[in-house]
Amino acid sequence: MIILGFDHRSNAGKGKQVAIILDHISYIYEKDTPMEHRALDDVCLTIPDGQFIGIIGHTGSGKSTLVQHLNGLMEASEGHVYYNGEDIYDKDYDMKKLRSNVGLVFQYPEHQLFEIDVFTDVCFGPKNLGLDKKEVELRAYQALKQVGLPDEYFYQSPFELSGGQKRRVAIAGVMAMKPKVLILDEPTAGLDPKGREEILDMIKRLQKETGLTVILVSHSMDDVAEYVDRIIVMNKGRVMYDDTPKEVFKNYKELEEVGLSAPQVTYIMHALKEKGLNVNTTATTIEEAAEEIWKKLG
Amino acid sequence: MLRDITLGQYYQTESVIHKLDPRVKLGGTLLYIISLFIFENIWGYLLAGLFLAIVIKLSKVPFRFMVRGMKAIVFLLLITVVFNLFLTPGEVLISFWKLKITKEGLRIAIFMAIRLSMLIIGSSVMTLTTTPNNLTDGMEKMLSPLKVFKVPVHEVAMMMSIALRFIPILLEETDKIMKAQIARGADFESGNLLKRAKALVPLLVPLFISAFRRANDLAMAMEARCYRGGEGRTKMKPLVYKKEDRLAYLVIAGYLVIKIVIGIIL
Amino acid sequence: MGIIKADDVTFEYIRRDEEGNVEGITTAVDHVSLDIKKGQFIAILGHNGSGKSTLAKHMNAILYPTEGTLWVDGMDTKEEEHVWEIRQRAGMVFQNPDNQIIGQVVEEDVGFGPENMGIPSKEIWERVEESLRAVGMYEFRKHSPNKLSGGQKQRVSIAGVLAMHPQCIVLDEPTAMLDPNGRKEVIRAIRGLNDVEGITVILITHYMEEIIYADKVFVMDKGAIAMEGTPREIFSQVEKLKELRLDVPQVTMLAYELKKKGMNLPDGILTTKELIDALRI
Repeated sequence: MIILGFDHRSNAGKGKQVAIILDHISYIYEKDTPMEHRALDDVCLTIPDGQFIGIIGHTGSGKSTLVQHLNGLMEASEGHVYYNGEDIYDKDYDMKKLRSNVGLVFQYPEHQLFEIDVFTDVCFGPKNLGLDKKEVELRAYQALKQVGLPDEYFYQSPFELSGGQKRRVAIAGVMAMKPKVLILDEPTAGLDPKGREEILDMIKRLQKETGLTVILVSHSMDDVAEYVDRIIVMNKGRVMYDDTPKEVFKNYKELEEVGLSAPQVTYIMHALKEKGLNVNTTATTIEEAAEEIWKKLG
Repeated sequence: MLRDITLGQYYQTESVIHKLDPRVKLGGTLLYIISLFIFENIWGYLLAGLFLAIVIKLSKVPFRFMVRGMKAIVFLLLITVVFNLFLTPGEVLISFWKLKITKEGLRIAIFMAIRLSMLIIGSSVMTLTTTPNNLTDGMEKMLSPLKVFKVPVHEVAMMMSIALRFIPILLEETDKIMKAQIARGADFESGNLLKRAKALVPLLVPLFISAFRRANDLAMAMEARCYRGGEGRTKMKPLVYKKEDRLAYLVIAGYLVIKIVIGIIL
Repeated sequence: MGIIKADDVTFEYIRRDEEGNVEGITTAVDHVSLDIKKGQFIAILGHNGSGKSTLAKHMNAILYPTEGTLWVDGMDTKEEEHVWEIRQRAGMVFQNPDNQIIGQVVEEDVGFGPENMGIPSKEIWERVEESLRAVGMYEFRKHSPNKLSGGQKQRVSIAGVLAMHPQCIVLDEPTAMLDPNGRKEVIRAIRGLNDVEGITVILITHYMEEIIYADKVFVMDKGAIAMEGTPREIFSQVEKLKELRLDVPQVTMLAYELKKKGMNLPDGILTTKELIDALRI
């Protein structure tokens, strides 16, 4: 299918096969009433295979609404969504298949656990796909291994696990459907610093090992800067920036204005530069920043 | 969106009826309903209809909102009418096959339909002009004499107002869990009744767990804020009768008297 | 004696399996002693499961120590007759903003505490107004809590405690479920209470940026106090904090990395300005 007039804003994904295309998507709440409100406003995005993407925006920026369009949970008021070249709004399009290909892990996903033990809960997804019992169990086992949950927890009640472990089980529940694209909405919410790091490291490893496309939704720049190849900044339902972290953080002043902030190192590097130290301000991680300062001052 | 569902269908506007004490509205509605069931004659119903029309006019709530409440009971209304129409013995007006419509049946059916419609519209006026919170407050105060008989009036009122606060939150949560399970391939829409009932398990279990967790948190938060039942508690917004409320009671009493007089004379 | 004093407080509970048989005993708080002075801003840090929330619940007489004693303004929390007095003196704000708001309108929720205390109606209105103003939520007094943002809901909860005129507010991870903007709002409100109203604040958190302004920090691990000191003293021990599953602010971490490379910098740098001054450029 050829889409005419499609706007290629991103350079970050060039040269890879395109998995998802959002073509001029808008989502309008309470259309034709005085309460009308555009949660998404003319969003165009391409999501190629194998990329690690961060979607950033504060509450109400439209980021959660956006990701629910990617697996057809919400239907756009205007525009089209294409998955592997097919329009998902076509009448005979297989939504169930789409949802197994585009896995979505909601915020606080441990709240949807319901089975008597961890293993059975993870089986729920693949079972819904109509696979035979052997395949279902194999997938559940693999998924639990992938998220790094130790074997001794497999037959425990999910409600007896710690917060971080529950979250792993919930992520495994989606991984067991073997999605090509994995979307995680605030996967670190409510965890302590070490727990956050562990979950993000696990996701990064998963992405590397399986070649999965991963979309991480977050309101914290610090969380995603280290991990992702590309950042999409959402503001008022629109795409504000879509580029590599380094390029996005160059706009740290504009980000500040819309209530987001670049990682603290960005501010430190800019402050040093203002003081006359000729450092490269594009460092986004502590290691890069330390290296840069050491080069100039050490 | 689910969160925009308003419970008890309160209609926000400024009017004399809105400003009345909830006890007046509760009591008034009760008396009005009783008035509908005493004495059966055209003039009485005309009076009741007129009274209702004036109250609706004063309340400034558009009439279509009143009728909305009717939709839910249209079925019930039809059954009542049909039963009365065909099953009342008496002077036969029309008959076909085994069914007969009698003069008495027609009369009762019409009166029943009028009564029920006015009853529903009358109660709608109350719920449309009173916030759910105000209603619970009013009920608590009106039923407080029952405390003597160890009826936990305060507790019930508190439960009702907490339920009102949490229903929108739980509805939103239902929506979220449902979406999360659909993302895991759950199907809530197809299959026979048994299959559909089974499909609800992944929705209901997390919902119950969440409701219990919230209840637990809330109980702790209430205790931390010194809640220990109704004993020794004061009210931020105590219910006090004003001049308008006394006047309203008089109007209702006047209406009742006329209704009874008409009933006896005609 | 300070406003809150813990002497060797231990809290244990018995774990049971599904049949109700005893599986073992968990020590959630392990011989904790501390003394908090009036007007201080105290932070209690710790990873999830370190016992910090259990300790917090002792300060509001929701839990009682199984061993040791905890006094709030000189009253022993174990003595039944002081419970309500204690809960009024040491108010508590919890983590989940949705699960602690009782009223269906903001002002009614703030009035809930004073109503329970039996304060006359007129005074409740005064308290509600002054509390909502103190947290900057007065203009929202007629709103439904369901329509507010997380940060706003937490500020309403703080106002609800404030209206009880407490001497001390214990906040149990009030920002854990909020976004960065909400976190900033809430922390600003809390600092205001401490600076302007002089209320003792005990903030329980695992966000390191939130404790920079604290007078004193306690770090908990396995139910016991693992570290205590000023924020600077705490942040100068990067390795130890990492061991305790905690983080340090990026600027502190950067200074630490530079120091490791051989640069001459002081320990425990907390702000960008301090780093630049220390780098002498």
